[in-house]
Amino acid sequence: MCQAGEDYAGLAHREPPPGPRPGREQKCVKCAEGQPVVVIRAGDAFCRDCFKAFYVHKFRAMLGKNRLIFPGEKVLLAWSGGPSSSSMVWQVLEGLSQDSAKRLRFVPGVIYVDEGAACGQSLKDRGKTLAEVKLILQNTGFPWHVVTLEEVFSLPPSVLCSASQEPAGTEEAYKAAVDSFLQQHRVLGVEGCASPAQGEDQPHPSPSQEPPGVAGSPAAAQTEALSRLFTSIKTLTAKEELLQMLRTHLIVHVARTHGYRKVMTGESCTRLAIKLMTNLALGRGAFLAWDTGFSDERHGDVVLVRPMRDHTLKEVAFYNHLFGVPSVFTPAIETKAPEKASIHRLMEAFILRLQTVFPSTVSTVYRTSEKLVKAPREGCATGPSGHNCLLCMCALDIDTADSATAFGAQSSSHVSQMLPASTKMPTPPCCGAGEGQAQSYHRAVGRSGDVQACIIEQLCYSCRVNMKDLPSLDPLPPYVLAEAQLRSQR
Amino acid sequence: MPAPTCSSCHAARAALRRPRSGQALCGSCFCAAFEAEVLHTVLAGRLLPPGAVVAVGASGGKDSTVLAHVLRELTPRLGITLHLVAVDEGIGGYRDAALEAVSSQAARWELPLTIVAYADLFGGWTMDAVARSTAGSGRSRSCCTFCGVLRRRALEEGARLVGATHIVTGHNADDMAETVLMNFLRGDTGRLARGGVLGSGGEGCALPRCRPLQFASQKEVVLYAHFRRLRYFSEECVYAPEAFRGHARDLLKQLEAARPSTVLDLVHSAERLALAPAARPPPPGTCSRCGALASHTLCQACALLDGLNRGLPRLAIGKGRRVLQAQPPLPGNRSQATSDPVAPRGPCTCEQSRDGATLCRDGGGQAGAPCALQSDLSATE
Repeated sequence: MCQAGEDYAGLAHREPPPGPRPGREQKCVKCAEGQPVVVIRAGDAFCRDCFKAFYVHKFRAMLGKNRLIFPGEKVLLAWSGGPSSSSMVWQVLEGLSQDSAKRLRFVPGVIYVDEGAACGQSLKDRGKTLAEVKLILQNTGFPWHVVTLEEVFSLPPSVLCSASQEPAGTEEAYKAAVDSFLQQHRVLGVEGCASPAQGEDQPHPSPSQEPPGVAGSPAAAQTEALSRLFTSIKTLTAKEELLQMLRTHLIVHVARTHGYRKVMTGESCTRLAIKLMTNLALGRGAFLAWDTGFSDERHGDVVLVRPMRDHTLKEVAFYNHLFGVPSVFTPAIETKAPEKASIHRLMEAFILRLQTVFPSTVSTVYRTSEKLVKAPREGCATGPSGHNCLLCMCALDIDTADSATAFGAQSSSHVSQMLPASTKMPTPPCCGAGEGQAQSYHRAVGRSGDVQACIIEQLCYSCRVNMKDLPSLDPLPPYVLAEAQLRSQR
Repeated sequence: MPAPTCSSCHAARAALRRPRSGQALCGSCFCAAFEAEVLHTVLAGRLLPPGAVVAVGASGGKDSTVLAHVLRELTPRLGITLHLVAVDEGIGGYRDAALEAVSSQAARWELPLTIVAYADLFGGWTMDAVARSTAGSGRSRSCCTFCGVLRRRALEEGARLVGATHIVTGHNADDMAETVLMNFLRGDTGRLARGGVLGSGGEGCALPRCRPLQFASQKEVVLYAHFRRLRYFSEECVYAPEAFRGHARDLLKQLEAARPSTVLDLVHSAERLALAPAARPPPPGTCSRCGALASHTLCQACALLDGLNRGLPRLAIGKGRRVLQAQPPLPGNRSQATSDPVAPRGPCTCEQSRDGATLCRDGGGQAGAPCALQSDLSATE
């Protein structure tokens, strides 16, 4: 590779330089005393305590640097059972039980979404997993919520509206909040128990919350509707994308209902690098900063935060192994799928394979993601301001004027998207044919085609490409269809 | 089951389905559609104004062959004149064969052909010589880095020789998609920010460059060449297997198999990337040595050649570039070089002395350093 200093695996004319091997005489590179147990990056051997300090420091630094979590705020931890989110929950648990100076100052809750219906799991398996999940959740001591993905069928359309946001906290506001919080503590005296003081917040609801319907199984009709939706999708890529969107909507809804202002997701550095490249290939280049940045404010009042974005998957795995972090394995929608089954799988395999040859791949991509900003590129034709995509809720990146040709994705539609909307060029004959096709398709399908067309118009480019893989948009949950209807009548 | 009829003329039998839309077309309708799209690209982007003298970068490969052919068909509509400019990088066993193809094309189409050679322009440095000088260090040879930069300089020189006002190259949509992937994987935010889909509009003294085929997918280019019976040179460059672009290319092929619209989606993403102002490259000035467009004191071509001449081929690659001074390679400046010779050298004399000698102790080039010198798109075949 052009990166100087990298050994090219193909031209192995000479032996690789003898790297520092953690032999018996090797000491931890940080404290120079302890016995090293793990090697991070290239040749940095850490002992157990230094590794823990390094890991925890990264987590705290990520939160502290960004100053988004105000003290006393209610934060929902999105836990999937996997290693990264389990590690995140564990860090929060430990962070809250430290002595008051370094203690984390927010009020956590945990949410687990049961996606078994979308993945085709049987009710028995789901029940078994749920039992394990509840055990772990109870041990955390936080208020927890277990919701099933079927509940998307009872979501209100308002979940797709980006609620008006309170003015973002500035530096002064953050400092003022921290100061007042500390003062309150001094006045009220030190609270010795693990859960931090509430201040002006309402007291916790009782720790074990049983959301309605979890005692039995969710309504069978909803389960069937969900599995019908997912089996109707033709490609795994589109399934994965839709699953992510539905899950996000559900989590945001629960957060709103229970008064959580922030949601923490446990995506690690490796996962985010893969996600960035995947989203690039899906056509989401305009939204990369929201999809992979530290904070994601597209839902307005609920902000998604990614505190684990600096930790590589390797560090997470080692930490979980060394310090016994509990996690639950749940099969996902693409478990055991062949490598070429979806864009996500392909990109994951590619990046991980490239990482073995060029060890700086993930960190390079991650650093590039830090340089992305949340603004449309200048000179780009964007949709009329104020319009957001129906499903992913990002600002539309497509000219709504030429939605018919955009859906047909002929080459000239790209050119006309790039130019300012004022210049209208004559379309060459083949694109006329393409447009004629799209229009005749709309006419032929009739009323359901109208609903389909009106939904497609409200989607961003990548959501449109995804929806192409759905033969019919009817199995979508009612809140999506209702919101589309509302918007088209506005 | 008989093939469907062409959906455009409804007369002939369809010969292919267009890769993106699945539309069934016969051979001549497809070619007409292809040409119409290229025309649309040129007109809509106002890429080649009437009266332009256009230098076509011709390598003998499929993209530049198709480009030259289509532009030649469109010259009456566009009102431009064409010149073929071929670059001889001095790659034995590859470029000489390709140049024969270009010569025969020029003869058949009756277009004037100019060949510019690295050996003439760059003081005797052919690509083979560069490869020899960068080999043996155990690191990848970065041949494509040198070749890409020098070829752009050579194209510019050739274009000026024929008095051209615009330069066109045959990059297609797949090339654009690969470039975006590659630049992300290498963390090259400078190129990502500069990555204009419409081609550069000629900043400063550089000639405006554009890529009329940039929305045509590679498959369609090959199909067009097939239906129009164009002959081209289709072998891979000798140094291509070492290039990083190969990884991006493999990935793109796999992505396309999973989702056919990936190429378009990547181009769409690339158009709409929003990078922080700090990550963007500085506005370009001029090179202090040759007067060409440059972001630093020295343009890349001069910097690379400087490194080669001094016996430090990797001097201008990686972080070491930051400390590069615009010093002519005088004998007095040898204190910086780790090797000993006292005279500025070209490639011919030094090969023997440098085989196996210590090379490229460049101060920069740490792991993770973005190699900022790979030009935005590498050559097409």
